Amino acid sequence: MMNKFFTGLVKFVDGEFTITTKRKAKPARRHTDHHEPTFKERFTQWHDEKGPAFFKAAYGIASIVICLTMITILLITASFLPEYGNPDNPVNNEVSERYIEKGLEETGSVNIVSGMILDYRAFDTLGESHVLFTASAAVMLLMKKEKRGKEQTDRFSPKRDIIVKTVAQIIIPFLLVYGVYLMLNGHLSPGGGFSAGAVMGAALILFSSAFGYKKIKTVFTEKFIKIVTLASLLFYAGIKCYSFYTGANHIPTGIPLGQPGAILSSGLILPLNIAVGLVVTCTMYSFYSLFSKGEI
Amino acid sequence: MGPNLLNNYFETAAMILFGIGFTTLFLQPNLIKKVIGLNIMDSAIYLFLAAKGYIDGRLAPIVVNGVTDMETYINPIPSGLVLTGIVVGVSVTAVSLSLIQKLYKEYHTLDMDEILTKVSKEGDH
Amino acid sequence: MIVFESILLTFMIICAISVSTTKNLMSSVIIYMSYSLIASVIWLLLRSPDLAITEAAVGAGVTSTLMFLTLKNVNKLKEEGEEEDDE
Repeated sequence: MMNKFFTGLVKFVDGEFTITTKRKAKPARRHTDHHEPTFKERFTQWHDEKGPAFFKAAYGIASIVICLTMITILLITASFLPEYGNPDNPVNNEVSERYIEKGLEETGSVNIVSGMILDYRAFDTLGESHVLFTASAAVMLLMKKEKRGKEQTDRFSPKRDIIVKTVAQIIIPFLLVYGVYLMLNGHLSPGGGFSAGAVMGAALILFSSAFGYKKIKTVFTEKFIKIVTLASLLFYAGIKCYSFYTGANHIPTGIPLGQPGAILSSGLILPLNIAVGLVVTCTMYSFYSLFSKGEI
Repeated sequence: MGPNLLNNYFETAAMILFGIGFTTLFLQPNLIKKVIGLNIMDSAIYLFLAAKGYIDGRLAPIVVNGVTDMETYINPIPSGLVLTGIVVGVSVTAVSLSLIQKLYKEYHTLDMDEILTKVSKEGDH
Repeated sequence: MIVFESILLTFMIICAISVSTTKNLMSSVIIYMSYSLIASVIWLLLRSPDLAITEAAVGAGVTSTLMFLTLKNVNKLKEEGEEEDDE
C-alpha cells in the first residue's frame, strides 16, 4: 500500500510543483511496460534475504543502548544516595531500633534476624514456606514421568565413582551434623531454618549422587516427603494462628521465653525453625530427585 | 552526578550487576543463560539491600553479652528481607528450569529465537 | 579493607560479564557458581552471616546442581534424537 501512496502524489510539471491525487496517478503507472519492483516487493525481498541478520543486529544494538542508558540512570541515582555505612542514614530508623532494643526481651532470641523473621514477621515466612511448597508441587507436575519399568530407573542412577564415594563418606556426616546444629541453634547463632534446610538438602543430594537412590529411598519416599512437608506447614500455620489469636486479644500465651542463650529458650522460634528447616530440606531434595530421574 | 558515586561502591557495583543481568536476560537467546541473568539480577538487588543495612564499625545482629543498644549492631531488617528473597529465588529457578526442559522436549532447542520461529510456523498451519 | 572489597566486587562484575560471553553452557554455569561463592564472602563482609551460609548452600550448591541436571537431561535428549535420526 505504501508505494501507491508515494508515487504520483507530487509531480514536477512545467517548472512548478503540482500535487495530484492518488486516483489520477494510478492509470499512468499501470500502462508502463517496464515493471519496476515496487517498494513493498523490494521490502519483502530484502526482508527475506537480509532481514533476520539485520534485525538481530538491530535488536542487539538497541538492547545494549537501552541497558547502558538504564545503568547510567541507576548509577546517577546511586550517586545521590546517602553515604554508605553512615549510622545517620534514613534506613536506620525507629523500626530497626525497636527490633534491636526490644527484640531480646520480647522474643527471647539472641539472633535478632531470627527473632525478626520468625516472630515479628512470621506471616512473611509462612508465605515463603508456601512458595517453596508450591514450587515443588509445580516441579513435580512438570517433571514427573510415568513409570517405564526397571531398566529406566537403573539408567538414571549415576555412575559410582570411587573418589566421589570416599569424599562423600567423609563429608556427609559433618554436613548433616552442621545442618542439625544450624537448625537447633537458629535463635542463638547465625543460621536458622533456611540455611539449615539448604545445607541438609545439599548433604542429601551429595548422598544420593554418590551412593545411588536405593539406599536413600528407604527413608525418603514420596509419601514421607509429602507427609513431612504438609505436617510442618500445618504445624507452622496452627502455631501462628494461636500466636496471632492470643496477641490480638492481649491474652498471655503461656509459652515461657526461657533464659536467653539456653538451647530451650525463645518460645516458639525453635519449633518454627525446625519446621521451616524440614520443609526446605524436603523441597531441595525433591527438586534434585525430580530433575535427575523424574520421580521422588 | 551526585557526590557519593565512589563512596557508595557497593551500591555502584550492585547497579552495574543489575544492568549486566538485565542485558543477559535481554540479549542472550539461550534460555539457561537467561535464567542465570535473572539470578544475577536477583543477587544485585540483595547486594544493594545488604549494603544499605551495613553500618561502619558495628557488629552482626547477634546479641553479645546482653548488650541491646542500637549503637552496637547493624540494621537487621535487610538481612531478613534478603533471606526471604534467596529462598524464593531458588524456587523460581527450579520452576523455570523444569519449564525449559519441557520446552526442549517439545522443540529440541534451547534457543529462544528458534523456538519462536517454530511456534509461529505451527500457528500458520 | 576497601581494597579487598573492591577486588571482590570487580571479580563479581567480571564473572557476570563472562557468563554471557562464554560459548559453553557448562562453563557459564561454573562461572555462576564462583559468582555465588564470591557473593557469600561479600555477605560475610557486610556483617550478615545468615545470608552467607544460605547463599553458599543455595546459590553455589543447589541452584548450580539443578542447572547441571538440566544440561545433562538436555544432552541426553539430544543424543536420543541423534540416534533416532541415524536409524
